[in-house]
Amino acid sequence: MSRRTAAAASAEAAATTPKSGRTMKSTERVTGGGMFGRSGGVGQKANSFGPSLRRLLSHLAPHRLKVGLLVAAAVVSVALASLGPRILGRATDLIFGGVIGKMFPAGMTKEQAIAVTRAAGQNKVAELLSGIDLVPGQGVDFTAVGQVLLIVMGVYVLSSLLQFVQGYLLNDVVNATVFGFRRSIEEKLNRLPLRYFDAQPRGELLSRVTNDIDNVSQSLQQTMSQFLTATLTVVFMLVMMLTISPVLTLVALLSIPLTMVVAILVMSRSGKQFTQQWRRTGTLNSAIEEAYTGHALVKVFGRQQEVQKVFEVENDAVYDASFRAQFLSGLIMPAASFIGNLNYAAVAVIGGLRVASGILSLGEIQAFIQYSRQFTQPVTQIASMINMLQSGVASAERVFELLDAVEESPEVVGQRLTGEVAGRVTFENVSFRYEDDRPLIEDLSLTAEPGRTVAIVGPTGAGKTTLVNLLMRFYELDAGRITLDGVDIAAMSRAELRTNIGMVLQDTWLFKGTIRDNIAYGRPDASEEEIMGAARAAFVDRFVHSLPDGYDTVIDDEGSNVSAGEKQLITIARAFLADPALLILDEATSSVDTRTELLLQQAMIALRGNRTSFVIAHRLSTIVGADTILVMEEGRIVERGSHEELLQRGGSYADLYRSQFEGAEQAA
Amino acid sequence: MLLRIIMRYMKPYYRPFWFIVGLQFVATIATLLLPSINAAIIDKGIVLGDTNYILKQGAIMLGVSLLQVAATIVAVYLSARTSMGFGRDLRSGVFKHVGEFSARELSQFGAPSLLTRTTNDVLQVQTLLFMSFAMLVTAPIMMVGGVIMAMRQDLGLSWLVAVAVPVLVAAVGLVLLRMVPGFQKMQKRIDRVNQVLREQIGGIRVVRAFVREPFEEQRFDAANKELTDVTLYVGRWMAVLFPLVMLVLNASTVAVLWFGGMRVDAGLMEIGSMTAYLSYLLQILMALLMSTMLLMLLPRASVSAGRIGEVLGATPSVAAPLGGGLVPTGRTGTVEFRDVSYSYPGATHPVLANVSFSVAPGETVAVIGSTGAGKTTLISLIPRLFDVTSGAVLVDGIDVREYEPDALWERIGIVPQKAYLFTGTVASNLRYGDPEATDADLWHALDIAQATGFVSAMPEGLESPIAQGGTNVSGGQRQRLAIARALVRRPVVYVFDDSFSALDVATDMRLRRALAPATRDAAVLIVAQRVATIQEADRIVVLDDGKVVGMGTHDELLRSSPTYQEIVESQAQVAA
Repeated sequence: MSRRTAAAASAEAAATTPKSGRTMKSTERVTGGGMFGRSGGVGQKANSFGPSLRRLLSHLAPHRLKVGLLVAAAVVSVALASLGPRILGRATDLIFGGVIGKMFPAGMTKEQAIAVTRAAGQNKVAELLSGIDLVPGQGVDFTAVGQVLLIVMGVYVLSSLLQFVQGYLLNDVVNATVFGFRRSIEEKLNRLPLRYFDAQPRGELLSRVTNDIDNVSQSLQQTMSQFLTATLTVVFMLVMMLTISPVLTLVALLSIPLTMVVAILVMSRSGKQFTQQWRRTGTLNSAIEEAYTGHALVKVFGRQQEVQKVFEVENDAVYDASFRAQFLSGLIMPAASFIGNLNYAAVAVIGGLRVASGILSLGEIQAFIQYSRQFTQPVTQIASMINMLQSGVASAERVFELLDAVEESPEVVGQRLTGEVAGRVTFENVSFRYEDDRPLIEDLSLTAEPGRTVAIVGPTGAGKTTLVNLLMRFYELDAGRITLDGVDIAAMSRAELRTNIGMVLQDTWLFKGTIRDNIAYGRPDASEEEIMGAARAAFVDRFVHSLPDGYDTVIDDEGSNVSAGEKQLITIARAFLADPALLILDEATSSVDTRTELLLQQAMIALRGNRTSFVIAHRLSTIVGADTILVMEEGRIVERGSHEELLQRGGSYADLYRSQFEGAEQAA
Repeated sequence: MLLRIIMRYMKPYYRPFWFIVGLQFVATIATLLLPSINAAIIDKGIVLGDTNYILKQGAIMLGVSLLQVAATIVAVYLSARTSMGFGRDLRSGVFKHVGEFSARELSQFGAPSLLTRTTNDVLQVQTLLFMSFAMLVTAPIMMVGGVIMAMRQDLGLSWLVAVAVPVLVAAVGLVLLRMVPGFQKMQKRIDRVNQVLREQIGGIRVVRAFVREPFEEQRFDAANKELTDVTLYVGRWMAVLFPLVMLVLNASTVAVLWFGGMRVDAGLMEIGSMTAYLSYLLQILMALLMSTMLLMLLPRASVSAGRIGEVLGATPSVAAPLGGGLVPTGRTGTVEFRDVSYSYPGATHPVLANVSFSVAPGETVAVIGSTGAGKTTLISLIPRLFDVTSGAVLVDGIDVREYEPDALWERIGIVPQKAYLFTGTVASNLRYGDPEATDADLWHALDIAQATGFVSAMPEGLESPIAQGGTNVSGGQRQRLAIARALVRRPVVYVFDDSFSALDVATDMRLRRALAPATRDAAVLIVAQRVATIQEADRIVVLDDGKVVGMGTHDELLRSSPTYQEIVESQAQVAA
């Protein structure tokens, strides 16, 4: 017996879900997500900034119109803003001209004034004068200045307005994009095979959907608006500068490639660190989520210190990567700024020299300096934005990993079950194993007639839960087929199949909602009467009335207001309400006391009427009333028959029964 | 709240912080000097036609630039270290504090919200800190420095700055005021998205079994939409900020030219000064721009800090006694419930009422009762997951509330109703009971728990990996591992909360037979459903609706308790 149990145990060891990473079936390798998050893990892609960025931006495509509009607004806004200094320079020239003009007596012409200055030996000053608008004798023409300033104001106001429009539209676009991302992930989750979920800690997935997407959103928002404005500013400033002095512009232009070289050098290194940072954040997230979920246990076993230590390790890892990433990418800005300052110095010197020799006016050089300041600043800005962008792209890559994961086999919009579903289930030569090297179910065949109850018993690990997984098409068969009313379940959509099966699992799952909502989960359009009927049948009614809010009681996250047994009853009521042709009960009633269980059974018998039921239970009390009993061991059915038949046969079933009977006999 | 948190967690970083301030100071002064040098080039170089002067000043400009970049790089290094270190410390602090929570605080916040607060909210504060290091020092210095330098150029125009700055501050302030409630909503809605997803991932089988994917997608959509709505709202106000600032400052530039022009014309100011003034104004502009970017982060970080503060400020309802608590030397193994009552806060109907019974070392006491009778709550009182509302629970004759927590817990071994395992290996999970246990100890415990079979069949035996929650082993195996975990601990009080339910009857019996010698000297408390499990108990306590309605041996109860008779009959009936 013990050897068989050991072998059965080995089969069970692979039964429910595979240990990820080992000998997974080659056809269903899960991409993305580390194993339990602890180690570096599977699916470690190289940091590919360019392609990922492009992919990220492609998600903006549906909003082409708005993007076009905002780019247009940005272009005009920046164009206007860059005109500003030019026009201001004009005002400065006017003022300067007025000031110098006052130094000369009225009535003189400009040429005379220049001649006088030259005669006085101040050739340089004379050259300077030739470049400005000189009206000797007259002071500053404030009417002209006033006009120029009004134009400037108008330009600036318009520019600001358009900037707002741009920001507004960008906000719309980015938010719509991020909304779309979240929704895509949600839809993706519903297409991923179950083994994907079983293979990684919950916190890892959660991190991708919350932390990573949040990061993408913030990065997009902050970089895109600045990036657009900055790039356009650079272009416009260049144009403006060219109109003033091509030579000086050349000097300014040198700074761009220099900055880019520095930026690229740093970026490749910082990029890696960002990827690390966000990956380790995912790991940390898992550790925290698990610790909080198992909080009571940690406490009761006095393991808080250890858990804290594990946390510290992950926490430090995140610190390490993030500090490196921030430092490296933070180098770009000062480097770019330095290059900008070099540029500034060069312009001041060369420009100063050119003004002194009269080639340029003071106002022009002033405008140029303002332009070059306004030119280097955005270049620096772009460089520093790369920092934020890298971080965002690293997160985007993780999101893409998830979106690229292998999905379940596509739905067949196929056969439907016509008319009343009788509920005849057959397994025909079914074979299945979770892992290549660990056989589980081999060549299994059985038939369940409509309205009959089939009880499946056997030691843990015999493959009972697996049968359920296969029947529900949570996993696909390796060989053979399963039919419902003669139709291959793989030939119909999963929805069609599952609508006809009601399931009560060992693990209750209720969401944060009212008791009423939870019962009606399977059939949202059920009437109050029907809900009450199901509640009564499952004895939920009894205890609900002792709750202050009755059916409106909200089941909270930690479920402390409803006991485990009560939750079981609610899930049973849920299954009743769904009223399917097929019932699967997976050790459902183990948390309910036998007194209630008896009553439940009676109700279930009534409901079972013309329905097929598969019951997986360890309690013989639930099994004894079944029409057919299947005894499973190591994935094979070793005995089949009714209770009386099996007892007579004197095999494993008889053994099991006797040990229970022994116990119950002493009780009576 | 934000300030408080920052002050507290920045303490170890005071020195680097002042270094950063100093370095930024140097860098900013350097930046400020540049326009002055430029002004000098204009006033003294260009106007006077002194080319040598121009070149000399150019060289000085270069030198100043070098100084600036060197200072900035070191400042960036220190900023990165400090702010990330701050984030790490804050996360650690929150995590540690949550560790001290009792079950009540945990359910008050909910695990998803706590998760957000430990990660996302900390990230917001950290980001603010990092960005502010870059600008908090530079911006005010540039502004103040800019103002001083500008005033040095010409005092008469200073009134302009005195008007422009308050106008700007008022405008920005108004916008920010609108955004703060938005940010509050935003963090809450992130919580909600977290929560919905967590439920969906955890219950994926049920969702699919009931074909409720469309419904779940809708639920998620609702949460998604709400989050997006508030983000849109906040973003729109942010779109106002930048153009507004630019407008005010551009208007100031225009004003400088107008009024400055008048002063130049009147001979009160030199034209080079006006140019410099413009440059300084530009500087002040850039400083305010940087501050704006920072200010955009402030509301969100402030809200996050508030949420973190709520967690840090929550005092655990179950705390170690003042002075640490007792650490008794003897370990006997007695448990006593003395007139114990418990009600949920605010509830009228108590979960437990006047429950009294005791368990002596070597005794096995079983608790049986219908669903909802309060059995799990009863058990939770022993390790102080909750504290009684009246009466007392004593272990080894001492009130559990007087114990030093570790001393209490190391006496108790609990196998909860829902066996939860942690990510790791079989061995790491078993060592949860006792980190010092040897492999031999572990196998011994596994033997008793009837788990040797399947564990030795696993390819890596004790080192076989376990997924979160233990989902890669079956329910029955999970339970046995949980039992082994308690056994490894070698406590003097065992508590089994319906721990044998997932096992088939044969295994159940074998296990209990094996347990008997292992728990011989300990107090054993079993909560169970099956009469077969408990009928050999020394004493059975029958609970109904939180009250003890019967107590005695199996035979005694058969005679005296109608409730018990009913239970036994129902099980015998089913078996027959």
